[in-house]
Amino acid sequence: MTLPTTSPVTAPDGLVWERLHPLTPLLRGYRVIGVLAVGLTQESVRSMPARVAAYLLLGAIPLAALYGFLSWRFTRFTIAESNLRLETGVLFRRSRRVPLERLQAVDIVRPLFARALGLAELRLEVVGGGRTEAPLTYLGEDRAAAVRARLLALAAGVAADAPPPPELVLVQVPGGVLAAAIALGGPAITGGLLVLGLGVLAVVRPEALLPVGISLFPLLLGTGGFAVRRFLTEYGFTVADSPDGLRLRHGLLETRAQTIPRGRVQAIRVVEPLLWRRFGWVRVEVDVAGYPGRHTGQEAQSATSALLPVAPKGLATAVLGHVLAGVDLARLPTAPPPRRARWRAPLLFPHLGVAWDDRHAVTTFGRLRRVTDVVPNEKVQSLRLVQGPWQRRLRLATLHLDTAGRDVHARAAHRDAAEAEALFERGVLLTRAARAAESASRAALRA
Amino acid sequence: MTAPSAVWTGWQQPSPRLRSMRRAQFLLTLGVLALPGAVAAVLLGQSLIAAAVLALAVIGTLTVWTVTARQWRAWGYAEREADLLVRRGVLVWRLSVVPYGRMQFVDVTAGPVDRWLGLATVHMHTAAAASDARIPGLPTAEAARLRDRLATLGEARAAGL
Repeated sequence: MTLPTTSPVTAPDGLVWERLHPLTPLLRGYRVIGVLAVGLTQESVRSMPARVAAYLLLGAIPLAALYGFLSWRFTRFTIAESNLRLETGVLFRRSRRVPLERLQAVDIVRPLFARALGLAELRLEVVGGGRTEAPLTYLGEDRAAAVRARLLALAAGVAADAPPPPELVLVQVPGGVLAAAIALGGPAITGGLLVLGLGVLAVVRPEALLPVGISLFPLLLGTGGFAVRRFLTEYGFTVADSPDGLRLRHGLLETRAQTIPRGRVQAIRVVEPLLWRRFGWVRVEVDVAGYPGRHTGQEAQSATSALLPVAPKGLATAVLGHVLAGVDLARLPTAPPPRRARWRAPLLFPHLGVAWDDRHAVTTFGRLRRVTDVVPNEKVQSLRLVQGPWQRRLRLATLHLDTAGRDVHARAAHRDAAEAEALFERGVLLTRAARAAESASRAALRA
Repeated sequence: MTAPSAVWTGWQQPSPRLRSMRRAQFLLTLGVLALPGAVAAVLLGQSLIAAAVLALAVIGTLTVWTVTARQWRAWGYAEREADLLVRRGVLVWRLSVVPYGRMQFVDVTAGPVDRWLGLATVHMHTAAAASDARIPGLPTAEAARLRDRLATLGEARAAGL
């Protein structure tokens, strides 16, 4: 092989710097080709004589290749003193340190093109910033796994060269069940009803089909796209447990292997869509701090908050008990709000509830799509008691539990006002005790 | 639920100048929007419209005067042993508790009207975006004291994520 070396080099500063995989520029180059393709469709380029355009293109390719090579050459990283240090940039140098005790999760992402070349991207999630701040794009697959094991060992405070711990597979979701579950979910049903409606319309009033179809097209695309994307993302979902954290592997085209270290789960959400209840299926989602928001549009295709895309309730309960010790969904003594809350929330009323013991807070809501949120006491950031005018008339109040994740917003809605106030006070004490216990156990771990 | 203030003692209130600030902000807005309208209407001979605009302005001012007073009374904060309580709101009552150990950073901000009245807003941020611990209308010295105290307590009690 005549490829440039990627073996670690000891720099004058005594640190062992490593490089990304030498095929990185090639793989990132397809984005440049995409930009060029868009450029070619522009009017100013198309009106150019073909020869000029061809010369421009021929000039651009070596330039892009040179830039790709230089940016690869100038990127290096090292793991030292429980920090990841990453240096990038050809003209503007950037040097970044990521303290590994702040690590929230580590993902290995393999887009389709990268898989063909045996490459993978290693993404470190830390809190702060709207996106993944320290991606190592790209490493060889074996190397990505090795670097991940080192990072996780350091984050957990174990020696960096400890052998990667063995993992225990808990659940594998069959593709057929996943497809059926998605087909029975809200978006797919909505899309199906739309298609059915258009079919009826085509028979009854064919001349109206085109305008109605065009106006409904974005909705169809949205619902259908959601279902397809979810299938591609969550295909082959595997949940495994290893001493350094929870391992989630999924994806059909672009695959992703997430590792969530112990104690990084901010909240858990259990969702039961209407048509799933007949089969006793539930979806479990996990909230981790630091993942880029779902709506920033910068996330890779394979991102998902699922911990289990679909599973029988019994299995989900078992996995949940494993992730958050002491949670048992089957024996969930959630208390309903007073009957007068029906006047404030007639539709939601039958499924509102809250339970709070010395380890977790559990809240429920939702009618068609029942949602149960579980928040460990030590992950509650702040509490808010809110009472609107209508609630005041009915002597009701809502208690919100604020957490550091993105998606879960646990709240005990429309409780009796006095009860809500008592719950607020109790929550303050419970969360304080949980924080103190966690700090103590961390200090003990460090000592 | 009675007003949340009934439950704990040791509530502190923002400066009474918070009312003046809100009123000044309203009057400034009014001066920019309503007065030119009224003047233009008079110049164009539409005295009826001018009178209507002025009447609306007077009603609005009276409403704002009472509302700002009630809003100011609703604001309160209490520095407890391990956490900060903040209450606010007239129509919608809100009571927040933020443990000092959860604090990520504190902001002190002051707009032009605030500075003119010697006021500032203290905003305590946690890792949760929904946390709501903002206290407006503090005298500048009190804002600085609270900021330093929160920062010190936050460091002493810092809890991991």
